[in-house]
Amino acid sequence: MTQMRTTGAPGRREVAAQASTSLEARRRALKARRLRRGWAALGLVVPAAFFYVLFVLRPLVLTVQYSFYDWNGVGASTFVGAENYTRLVEKPELLGSIVNALELIIYFSFVPVILGLLTAATIRKFAASRLALLSRTVLFLPQVIPLVAAGIMWTWMLATDGVVNELMRAVGLGSVTRAWLGDTSTALGAVGVIGAWVALGLCLLLLLSGMTKIDPALFEAARIDGAGAVREFFAITLPSVRQEIGVCVTVTVIAALAAFDIVYISTQGGPANSTLVPGLEIYYLGFFSREVGQASALAVVFMALVLAVVLPIQRLTKEED
Amino acid sequence: MIVSRREAWLGRALLVLLMAVTVVPFISLFVTALHKPGTYPSGLAWPETPYWSNFVDAFQAADMWALLWSSFLIELGVVPAALLIATLAGFSLGHLRPPGHRWIFLAFVLGLTLPFQAIIVPLYYQMRDMQLLNTRWAIILPLLGLYMPFAVMWMRAHFVTMPPDLSEAARIDGANTWKLFTRVHVPLSRPALSSLGILMFLWTWNQFLLAVVLVDDPKNRTMAGALGAFQGQWGTDIPLLCAGSLLILTPTLLVFLAFQRQFVSALMQGALKG
Repeated sequence: MTQMRTTGAPGRREVAAQASTSLEARRRALKARRLRRGWAALGLVVPAAFFYVLFVLRPLVLTVQYSFYDWNGVGASTFVGAENYTRLVEKPELLGSIVNALELIIYFSFVPVILGLLTAATIRKFAASRLALLSRTVLFLPQVIPLVAAGIMWTWMLATDGVVNELMRAVGLGSVTRAWLGDTSTALGAVGVIGAWVALGLCLLLLLSGMTKIDPALFEAARIDGAGAVREFFAITLPSVRQEIGVCVTVTVIAALAAFDIVYISTQGGPANSTLVPGLEIYYLGFFSREVGQASALAVVFMALVLAVVLPIQRLTKEED
Repeated sequence: MIVSRREAWLGRALLVLLMAVTVVPFISLFVTALHKPGTYPSGLAWPETPYWSNFVDAFQAADMWALLWSSFLIELGVVPAALLIATLAGFSLGHLRPPGHRWIFLAFVLGLTLPFQAIIVPLYYQMRDMQLLNTRWAIILPLLGLYMPFAVMWMRAHFVTMPPDLSEAARIDGANTWKLFTRVHVPLSRPALSSLGILMFLWTWNQFLLAVVLVDDPKNRTMAGALGAFQGQWGTDIPLLCAGSLLILTPTLLVFLAFQRQFVSALMQGALKG
C-alpha cells in the first residue's frame, strides 16, 4: 500500500493490476515467512528430540529386538522367536516377580493414599497452623533423600535389634519379633513399609492442598444438615479431591511397579525370591546371568504392565474432571 | 463445638505421630552412627561414649570430597543442558506450534511412564559401543534423554499459557524468533524453569540404577550410586555404615532445608504434572 501511494497518481486500471500483483507477492512472502518460521520452530525441537531418540527410543526399539534373540552379550546371537516370552510363563521366578510388583501396589499406593486421605480430612481445619506448616517440611524429607538411603535406614530399623522390634518388645509383642526383611512371609510387606514411608508425605500434602480449596460453606451446610464427620468425608471431601487422588495413585503405582532402589538395597530380591520385582530381575538377567534376550522379553512385558495399569487410572481421573 | 475440638486434638495427635514416624529412622541412623565401630547396637539406645570419630572415618572411607565433586560434575552436565533443550522444545511445541507439533509432542509423551529399568540393557551395550562405560558421560547423556518426556511436557504446559499477543507485539517491534525467545519468553519462564531445575537436580543426585549399571567406580557416580557402593563395602560395620549414610545424605538435607519452600512447591507441582 505504501508503495502505491508513493507512485503518484496512476490510472484506475494500473492501480488494480498493481494491487493484485502486490497482494499475490505479499501472500507469497507471508507464506514463505510462515514456512521459514515453521522450519525454524521445528529446529528448536531438534536438540531435545536428538537425546530422546538416541537414549530412549533407540534402546526401546532394541529391547523389543533383543527379546526375540538368544544372546549372552558377547558372542553371536540366534533368533529364537517368541521363546523368551513363553519361558516367562514357565519360569516361576519370572512370573513371581510380576505378582510381587502387583502386590507392592497395596503397600506403596493404597496404604499411603488411604492414610493420607484420613489424616488430611482430620487436619484440614488447621491446615494453616504452625504445626501443619512444620509438617510440610518434615513429611517431605523422605521425598528428598535418595531411595537408597531410605533402604539403608529401614534395613536397620527392621533388623533383629532394630527400632521396630524394640518397640514391639516394649509393648509386649516380643513373641512376633523377627528379622522382618529376612523372613519369606514378611519380607515383601517389610519392603512395602519402606515404600509407604516414602510416599506418605507427598500424598498427605497433595490431598491436603486439594482439601483446602473446598469452599468452607459446603462443610458448614453439611453440618447444619446434621452430617457427622463420616458423612461429611464421603459426601464432600472425597468427591472434591478426586483429581488429587488420581495424581497420588498414578505416582505411587508407577513407583510400586518400577521399584528397584529400595529392593536392591534392603533384600536383593530375597529371601527365596519373595521380594523379587521385574526391575531387579531384568538387572540380574541382563548383567549377571547374561541372558540378554530373556531380560529384554521381561522388560517388554514389564512396560506393557505399567501402561496397562497406569493408563486406565489416568483416563478415569481425566473423565471425571 | 465439643465435637470439633475433639477432632482438632485427634488431628494434632495424628500429625505428630506421622512426623515421628518420618523422623525416627533418621534419629535411629544418627544414634547408631555414634556407637563403637564393629558392634551391633540396638535400636534407639544412646551410646555410653559417643564415637564422633565415626563420622571422620566414614568421611575418609567414602572419600567424600571425590563423591561431592563427581555429583557436582554430573549435575553440571545434566541440569543446565536439560533445561535449555527442554525449554527450546517446549517453546516451539507450546507457543510457535509448527506443522506436526501435535505428533512430536505425542512422541515425547510416549516416554512419560517408562521405567528406566526397561531400557537399561540396550543402554549398557550402546554405552559400551560408544566407549563411555565408567565415565560420567554414561550417566549424563542418557539422563538428558530420559528427562525429556517430563521436561518437554512441563515447559510446553508453561508456554501454552503464554498469550500469542505478547509475541505478536514483539514481532512488530522487529524481534526475530531467537530474540523473542531470549528477550521475552525466557525471562517470563523463570518460575517454571526453577521448579523444573530443582526436580531434575534432585532426580540426578538420587539416580541409582544408571550409576550402578554403567559406572563401576563409585568416584565417578552420583551420590546415590556412591551410597550403594558404600553399603556394599561397609555393610557389616553397622555404625560406620550409618555414619557414612548420614554424611552422604547431609548435602541433600542442607539444600532442602535452605530452599524448602521452593522444593516443596516443585515437588507438589511435579507430582501434579507427572
